[in-house]
Amino acid sequence: MTTEVPSESSTERYQAVQRSEDFQRLRHKLRSFIFPMTVAFFLWYLLYVVLCAYARDFMSIKVVGNINIALIFGLLQFVSTFLIAWFYSRYANRELDPIADSIKHKMEEGVE
Amino acid sequence: MQTHLLAADATASSSRGLTITLFLIFVAITLGITIWASQQTKTATDFYAGGRQFSGFQNGMAIGGDYMSAASFLGIAGIIALYGYDGFLYSIGFLVAWLVALLLVAEFLRNSGRYTMADVLAFRMRQRPVRSAASISTVVVSIFYLIAQMVGAGALVSLLLGIKPGATFLGMDADTAKVATIILVGALMIIYVVVGGMKGTTYVQIVKAIMLMTGALLMTILVLAHYKFNLSTLLGDAAAQSGKGDAFLEPGLRYGVEKAGDASATFYSKMDLISLGIALVLGTAGLPHILTRFYTVPTSRVARKSVLWAIGIIGVFYLFTLALGFGAAALVGGKAITAQDKAGNTAAPQLAQALGIRYFGGDTGGSVLLAIIAAVAFATILAVVAGLTLASSSSVAHDFYANVIRRGDASERDEVRVARIAALVIGAVAIALSIFAQSLNVAFLVALAFAVAASGNLPAILYSLFWKRFNTSGAMWAIYGGLISSVVLVFFSPVVSGSATAMFPHHDWHWFPLSNPGIISIPLGFFCGWLGTVISKEDDSEKYAELEVRSLTGYGAH
Repeated sequence: MTTEVPSESSTERYQAVQRSEDFQRLRHKLRSFIFPMTVAFFLWYLLYVVLCAYARDFMSIKVVGNINIALIFGLLQFVSTFLIAWFYSRYANRELDPIADSIKHKMEEGVE
Repeated sequence: MQTHLLAADATASSSRGLTITLFLIFVAITLGITIWASQQTKTATDFYAGGRQFSGFQNGMAIGGDYMSAASFLGIAGIIALYGYDGFLYSIGFLVAWLVALLLVAEFLRNSGRYTMADVLAFRMRQRPVRSAASISTVVVSIFYLIAQMVGAGALVSLLLGIKPGATFLGMDADTAKVATIILVGALMIIYVVVGGMKGTTYVQIVKAIMLMTGALLMTILVLAHYKFNLSTLLGDAAAQSGKGDAFLEPGLRYGVEKAGDASATFYSKMDLISLGIALVLGTAGLPHILTRFYTVPTSRVARKSVLWAIGIIGVFYLFTLALGFGAAALVGGKAITAQDKAGNTAAPQLAQALGIRYFGGDTGGSVLLAIIAAVAFATILAVVAGLTLASSSSVAHDFYANVIRRGDASERDEVRVARIAALVIGAVAIALSIFAQSLNVAFLVALAFAVAASGNLPAILYSLFWKRFNTSGAMWAIYGGLISSVVLVFFSPVVSGSATAMFPHHDWHWFPLSNPGIISIPLGFFCGWLGTVISKEDDSEKYAELEVRSLTGYGAH
């Protein structure tokens, strides 16, 4: 268990960890994945919404039987959501968790 | 007309008795399972976080149970059944929104907070103002969400009792009977949560998620079997039955309507669609009852796993909504749906009845399947009401009472007592407001809650986690700016006054043209958060070092 109220020295300790090379690497790897990915899926979703509003003729083109582009576009949003979730989980397991664990262990050893 | 209705009611009354009896039995079994399950857990002594012992799969199911509300089951099926393709937009928005929660919020929140959303917001700031703001925002979002659940419950029980517009029930006209139903059912749910269900909330949600997935899967299979598992045939029949032809399968019947010769009305309608879309995708990660679910697991890694499970379960369910909605359009028909409920909130149970009649031996089969699906819907609503009531009353007790009023000097017993009183008051407010919202679709109502959550909560959460410079002033501006603007815009929108389906249809004080405020209030929430931060000299970057290290590594997590 850690202390509830951090003292002055623990603040300095957190700042030291924050400045450490390992932590900078973790932050860079995390942010360079989650921010671009968020922008990407948000724009991809927004494209779908805007097409629903302004590209009715395109969305109503029938592809197979009564299945039109609007339905396929909607189902592709499901596919992309599942893929991004899977991809993030793989990335986090391989690239982020080991660094986070090593920083955490070092800090826990330091507490004693 | 009147005699025709009466004759139809007379033949239906014997099977109605069967439906109601079966429904009550199913509800009793559900409550029994829930109470039994909640007594099995010894660790449930932890009032707020259920002992943090849930596995990723269990919590994923519980998140699904917390998230898939009356809006997802009754609301989306109803909008698709009445307006076709446009209802599917809700399914997509509700699902994609989980990526925001997965990538930006779930793990960091788990690592740095303890019980409520405010724990993270107040981490490096002045506790009292930030906790007060977060508590108010939590209660407002929860009330919007609860209104939708109460409306759904009222519509559902009205269907079971045979309360229909134009007919009388126990000497009351239909409107009075519906109001009485909402008050009674709403009060029962709140009492259940306050008295017995608090500790078992997670189990209510797991049991409910299993029931909902099973019920929706069964109906999907029956609908598709009717069309020999050909989706195209189902869509074709739904379009033909709707009387709107191919337009029923395309966007534009409900949202973004082209109004010939009226360019500004067309523009506003399209903006309303985009506004709804943005609110749906950004709302989830700001919903207090969803955020508190991330605290019920031991580590951030389990939080990640539980979101992955939730995305899988919720995604599959939203695929079912296509079959449920278009199935109801084809097999029940828009006319029969609107005759029961103007907003289409009873389309799914009506579809169950129609499927029962077709597949399981006539009227009796229809009554049985209707009773089962109605019980599933009831469990669905109960679980969400439980989650919302728990999250909002926890916030009042933990953030406002214990930390703001008592300045951290309140006994656990006091906190729980305040939580119970808060649950009663919040429930009563939601019931009172829902009486005026009966003519609105529940998915639409939940979308308003999403807009308020995305405006009032999400900017403050994201700034807290990722922006070093963010401070108390910024948090206050972000929360109050987003919250007040979204609520004020809803109040002056056609949802509340000035349209036929408004809460006050005979008054008109609306000046805001959109029915969903998201496109204005969400950017405004982010802007206010930035402005409030830069005009204040407060610098919390020292404490941010701790927040960032803890949120990214899981060091010192409770």
